[in-house]
Amino acid sequence: MLRRSHYITLGVMILLTLLVLNLPDRVLSHFKVAVSGLFMPLFGLAGSAQDLAQKAGQAVLPRSQLLQQLEHQRRQNQELQLRLIALEDAERENLRLRKALNWPKPAGWKLKLARIIARDPANWWRTLSIDAGSRDGVRADSPVLAGDGSLVGRVSEVTFTQARVVLLGDPDCRVAVLVQETRDNGIIAPSSSSPLDHSIVDLLYLSRNSPLRPGLKVVTSGTGGVFPREILVGQIVDWRTVGYGLYNEARVSLAARMNLLEEVWVKLP
Amino acid sequence: MNTFHLILIFLAAFLAVFFQAVVDTPRAFVGAQVDLLPSLMVYVSLSCGLTVVAAAAAAGGLLHDSLSANSLGTSILPLFLVGFVIQRYRGLILRDQTYAQFILGLAASAAAPVLAWIILVNVDTNPLVGWQSAWQWFVMTLLGGVAAPLWFRLFGWALGALTYPPLSETGFRHEREIKRGRKPIR
Repeated sequence: MLRRSHYITLGVMILLTLLVLNLPDRVLSHFKVAVSGLFMPLFGLAGSAQDLAQKAGQAVLPRSQLLQQLEHQRRQNQELQLRLIALEDAERENLRLRKALNWPKPAGWKLKLARIIARDPANWWRTLSIDAGSRDGVRADSPVLAGDGSLVGRVSEVTFTQARVVLLGDPDCRVAVLVQETRDNGIIAPSSSSPLDHSIVDLLYLSRNSPLRPGLKVVTSGTGGVFPREILVGQIVDWRTVGYGLYNEARVSLAARMNLLEEVWVKLP
Repeated sequence: MNTFHLILIFLAAFLAVFFQAVVDTPRAFVGAQVDLLPSLMVYVSLSCGLTVVAAAAAAGGLLHDSLSANSLGTSILPLFLVGFVIQRYRGLILRDQTYAQFILGLAASAAAPVLAWIILVNVDTNPLVGWQSAWQWFVMTLLGGVAAPLWFRLFGWALGALTYPPLSETGFRHEREIKRGRKPIR
C-alpha cells in the first residue's frame, strides 16, 4: 500500500517532467546551456590533461623519428607551395574572367579548428560537443568538416564557449547532395537499414534514370543555403529502385570516420 | 543518511554523466554507450528515502539531458520510476547480496531506456532506433547490472574512508547488568 507521501512525490515528479518538457524552446535552450555549463570545469580539466599527455608523448619521441617527420613535412610543404603557385595563377585567371563577365567574387572560407570534448551520452542520437562557441565566431548551422575536408555535420546549438554538432546520419541533419559524376540530386538521410551504423547513410530521391554505380562520389549540392557546394560526403555503396519504380535510393559510405574524429573544422560565416 | 552521503550521491551522478559523455570506449568496442544512472538509482533507492530518490533522479536526468540531444527532462521520470519501484519494495530486497544488486541493476538498466524512449516518441522527436538498438539495449542492461554492485562497493568504501564509523555498543543494557559480589552496605 502506497503512503500519502509516495503519491505526493510521484505527482510532483510527473508534474516536474511535464513542466520541463513543455517549457518554451528559448527558455529550454537557456536552461540546457545553464545545466551543461556545470560541466565546463571538467571539460577544461580533461582538455588540459589531454594536452599534457600529448606533450609528454612528444617529449619521449626519439630524435631520429622527429627528424624523419620534419623531412617529410618539409617535402610536403614544397609540393604544396608548387601547387599553390599554380592555383594562385588559376585564381587570378578566374577573377579576371569573373570581372569580364560581371560575376560576383566568391567569398573565401574562414575555418576554426575545434576539439571534440564530448559525445552524446544517449545511444539514439548522433551529436557531439566541440570546444568552440559564439566567442570564436561559431553560429548555428555552420558546416563542420573533418581534417580531410569531408563533411561531418552542422552546428545545432551554440553557447559562449561550446557548440553542439549534429552529425550526418542524425534525423536532424539532412543534406542536399549530388552525385559528382552524374550530377543527380538527392538528400542524405539516416540509414533505414542500419540507422545505428555510423558509417552508412541513405541517399534519397535520386532520379530513376540516374546511371548509378558503386564508388561514385557524393558531394554537397549547395542548395538549401547551409552547406557550401562540392564538399565531399562519401561514396555510393549500392542502390535500389523504390516507390514502385519512381525513384532510386542509394546507400552511401561516409568519407568522414565519425568514431575516430578528435578535431573538426568549423566553417565560420 | 547524512549530508556527506547526499553530496556523494550528487557528485556520483555528475561524474557518471561526465564519464558517459567523455569516455567513448564502450561505444567503440561494443557499439553501445553504458548508462550508469539507472544502476546508481538502485543504490540510492536502497540506501535513502524517497525525497533523495526524487532529487537524485531530477538532478541526474537534467545533467544527462543537458549533454545529450534529448529534450530536457526526458530522463527524469524514467530514473525516478526505477527508484520509486525499488524503494517501494526495499523491505523485501536483500540489499547486501551482490546477486540481488546485480539483478536490480539489470532490471533498472533495462527499464530506464525503454521508458525514456516512450517519452521521446511522445514529444515529437525521432530517435535513431533500429534492430541494432536491441543489441545496444542488451549491452546497456548487462553493463548496468555489473555497475550496480560496483556502486555499492564504491559508496561503502567512500563512506567508510571519509566518515566516522558508527560507535559500537554492547547488546546488553547497563541497568540490567548483573553485578557480581556483595551488595554495598548502606
